[in-house]
Amino acid sequence: MTIDLTETTTGAINDALRQARLRLGGVASGMVLTLVIVTDEGAQYDAVRAASGAGRQHPCRILVVIIRRPGERSRLDAEIRVGETSPGETVLLRMYGPLGQHADSVVAPLLLPDTPVVTWWPGAPPAVPSENPMGALAQRRITDAASADVPRDALAALAAGYQPGDTDLSWTRATPWRSLLAATMDQPSGAVTGGTVSAEAGNPTADLIAAWLSHGYRVPFAVEPSTGPGITEVSFATADGEIAISRPDGRVAQLRRPGQPERRVALHRRETTELLEEELRRLDPDEVYAEALAELRPR
Amino acid sequence: MTVSNPLRDPRDRRIPRVAGPCVLVLFGVTGDLARKKLMPAVYDLANRGLLPPGFSLVGFARRDWAHEDFAQVTHDAVKEHARTPFNDTVWQQLAEGIRFVPGEFADDAAFDRLAQTVAQLDTERGTGGNYAFYLSVPPKFFPDVVAQLKRSGLSSPPQRPGGHRPWRRVVVEKPFGHDLASARHLNAIVNSVFGHDSVFRIDHYLGKETVQNILALRFANTLWEPVWNRGYVDHVQISMAEDIGIGGRAGYYDGIGAARDVIQNHLMQLLALTAMEEPVSFDAASLRAEKEKVLSAVRLPEDLATATARGQYAAGWQGGVEVPGFLEEDGIAPDSHTETYAALKLGVDTRRWAGVPFYLRTGKRLPRRMTEIALLFQRAPHLPFSATDTRELGQNALVIRVQPDEGVTVRFGSKVPGSAMEVRDVNMDFAYGESFTENSPEAYERLLLDVLIGDPPLFPRHQEVELSWEVLDPVEEFWAEHGKPEQYPAGSTGPPGADALMARDGRAWRRL
Repeated sequence: MTIDLTETTTGAINDALRQARLRLGGVASGMVLTLVIVTDEGAQYDAVRAASGAGRQHPCRILVVIIRRPGERSRLDAEIRVGETSPGETVLLRMYGPLGQHADSVVAPLLLPDTPVVTWWPGAPPAVPSENPMGALAQRRITDAASADVPRDALAALAAGYQPGDTDLSWTRATPWRSLLAATMDQPSGAVTGGTVSAEAGNPTADLIAAWLSHGYRVPFAVEPSTGPGITEVSFATADGEIAISRPDGRVAQLRRPGQPERRVALHRRETTELLEEELRRLDPDEVYAEALAELRPR
Repeated sequence: MTVSNPLRDPRDRRIPRVAGPCVLVLFGVTGDLARKKLMPAVYDLANRGLLPPGFSLVGFARRDWAHEDFAQVTHDAVKEHARTPFNDTVWQQLAEGIRFVPGEFADDAAFDRLAQTVAQLDTERGTGGNYAFYLSVPPKFFPDVVAQLKRSGLSSPPQRPGGHRPWRRVVVEKPFGHDLASARHLNAIVNSVFGHDSVFRIDHYLGKETVQNILALRFANTLWEPVWNRGYVDHVQISMAEDIGIGGRAGYYDGIGAARDVIQNHLMQLLALTAMEEPVSFDAASLRAEKEKVLSAVRLPEDLATATARGQYAAGWQGGVEVPGFLEEDGIAPDSHTETYAALKLGVDTRRWAGVPFYLRTGKRLPRRMTEIALLFQRAPHLPFSATDTRELGQNALVIRVQPDEGVTVRFGSKVPGSAMEVRDVNMDFAYGESFTENSPEAYERLLLDVLIGDPPLFPRHQEVELSWEVLDPVEEFWAEHGKPEQYPAGSTGPPGADALMARDGRAWRRL
């Protein structure tokens, strides 16, 4: 059901949520976290859709913060959705006027007790996520460098302002690649002397994978532009010859290594919902990301 | 030895455990288990990216099939039974590595062809000479298959240059024998060819999330440990109820019965996990050591006549359908003594559990399908309420629901709202489906992956199997000498003897 509250308060929103829950027979008793989405009117539909999908795996309260028309007088409109697309609750909070500068005062009373808070910025990342008022509420802060105008600069800024609990969807996008690379290098090979990551220009995931590999092997991995889609190849120069995984079509990867038959393996690009699902699975600081990101810090 | 991989970091929780290059050879591909569980599990693993590039599946059976026919059978099984959505790219990758070898278990030539097939896969698909053999066949075929694997050289990996030696693993399913002697015999056959560490016994209950959660519940929390002992626990009930009859399994079931089919493996494993002490770590050796310790402390009461009960379902109405009795089922002798319901009272002779009875029961054609472990706590030593206030207060309970509706329930007394002091039982409930993913992996997915990775903690060791038989053998002998099982109507909660067993102790079974 959807409940629209105009010119409302957080107290009224909490009451409406409680009553909706009672009327639907106590759904959503097992919500595991609060997900705060900071977005704008144009991007909110896609973001809420992705989050509701992830909410099927991680039942949660989704609070969508939309700042509108800062010039008007202060006003809070709420749109409550319960028992529709996901097992949890979704509240769209539209804040007008100066209230937009104090969004945390609206969000804080609506956070679920006893459970973690995650903030997600689907658009360009804030300068320092942990110092942003919406980020300060959360244990886990999800940014997406790929949404920035210049993703590489955005990653560098995130690296400079990193605090434990920060994470970025361009790192999440790297997981299937990293998983395949790690599995490939489980097999004995000659010493790794360097390598390259080829990707569409401006792909922050490629930067992070190269940084992760450089950090792991203590040898430089270069990022080279290709025509895409996404990342098209990762290769290792080893003492025994080249080991390479290439994925020209964004779907199936070929694995080549010296003295062995070429093998193929499915390697899909993933939807935002899947990325969020992975992010919400663990809420402790991601130290491996921190180390890869540190390699990208401006020197 | 593998050199350490700098890309593997124990702090990196995003990268899943992926199996190394290997071939899975499946014997008994025409069986129900292969179609409904194993093939879908292989696909689900592939779909989750947990199988290595080049992974290959070889089927072996007495069928006149080509590779494509087997691929089609697998395709249909996957489409019908897989947990994850069907993805054509993933399927194509998998299908490229599917092979079939027709033949009989006594046929030398067939096993030579099998050896050629897997060797060819090593060169074509880079499977590295690592083979897992899944014996999804009745135990009577084990000697033939194992001997053939040895004769054809499949069971012994060649030494490769650089000291690297490929692995061989063999997977067997329950029943692990039908008594202690036969279990030992079966084990000797398998161990004559495969080392102890290469034998993986599948008890699919141990692959279930809820069963693994028993360990998390007990050893990751402080809340339960102080009361998890004879000081607070009155008794423990471990139940596995099925609503179905024996179906088409008459050939397997007649002469085996409920106790051997379910109590010896599933329920004894659940008992071990519930009653064992904390392992010093969660590696296979420590976990198995604790399970073996507690299984070796399990005792049968002196008088088996009052501590056991058994029954056979008679014709009746189950879930709104009229169903035949066990003795009328196809393939069951009209004078069969095989039980379809079994209940046992056991003691665990340790400081933690002395004097606390563990009641185990399992049966077919009961009202509903359900598996649970229930710890019933002692009543409060003194109640500062009047008797009428607490008339509706039962025993506090902690119930681990293994299936369906996986979760944990805590039952305790609460004041009924109103001006009078009245205390009644209420439930506090944790349901997996609510708090976690709707798609936790199937037990077989987890277990197959563990086999391919070579991770043994979830597989019972032979000693555990033997200890369970040592508990059950005297019961089976007693039953063999003492008449027939009682009849209970299909759809009822079991034979009167089972209720009498509890009533003698002043207790009652939890409602099914």
